[in-house]
Amino acid sequence: MLNITKFREAKSLKITLEGRFDTGTAPQLEEIVRTELADVETLIFDFAKLEYISSAGLRVLLAAQKIMNKQGRMVVKNVSDEVKEIFEVTGFTDILTLE
Amino acid sequence: MADVIDNNELTIEALAENLATVTEFVDVRLEQVNCPMKAQMQIDVALEEIFINIANYAYQPGKGPATVRVDVTDNPLTVTITFVDHGIPYDPLAKDDPDVTLPADQREIGGLGIFMTKKLMDDVVYEYKDGSNILRLVKKLS
Repeated sequence: MLNITKFREAKSLKITLEGRFDTGTAPQLEEIVRTELADVETLIFDFAKLEYISSAGLRVLLAAQKIMNKQGRMVVKNVSDEVKEIFEVTGFTDILTLE
Repeated sequence: MADVIDNNELTIEALAENLATVTEFVDVRLEQVNCPMKAQMQIDVALEEIFINIANYAYQPGKGPATVRVDVTDNPLTVTITFVDHGIPYDPLAKDDPDVTLPADQREIGGLGIFMTKKLMDDVVYEYKDGSNILRLVKKLS
């Protein structure tokens, strides 16, 4: 299960994820990335309560990063050690901006 | 088909929607041996990649079963997860690893799941035997 909370303020969008970001839940966020980023200049992900990420989740993060590279910036905050290790082995620590 | 559970072995239809059942089956057995959270997540990531691969490709365009077995051995404490399917012969380890040093705009996501699986496990072994794909994930817990 994945709970997604969105907070929109002017051209900034903050997305908080809680739970598991896997094959079953990734399409929920993929839909947001595909349809709601049009005028977003700052995209912030808060991963404080994200317990799990698989390559299905990484695929969506990569798609979001590619979009934001063209129109602004993207930051991923509060990444747990477990999730960070997934970013490290896949080279995502070099692609993403972690804070 | 009905799921068949025989202690440490689960046979289930290889469908993406059954991932949660497979993950829970394995996690219960990992908790019994006090598997650390970090290792449990790594095993979950690896089993997701393998099970979803089987669900997406093994029996296309039809359907079929996958068997998932959890074995634990001592000295050092080691978990082996074995996946068996009877689909088309496919060695996921035969693919080249993706270049994980490329910038985002040049990145393709293909092959990343298997690459992660190899990195997160201590050993990943594939064999095709008697009409079955057999893939083993080996993770040392101590």
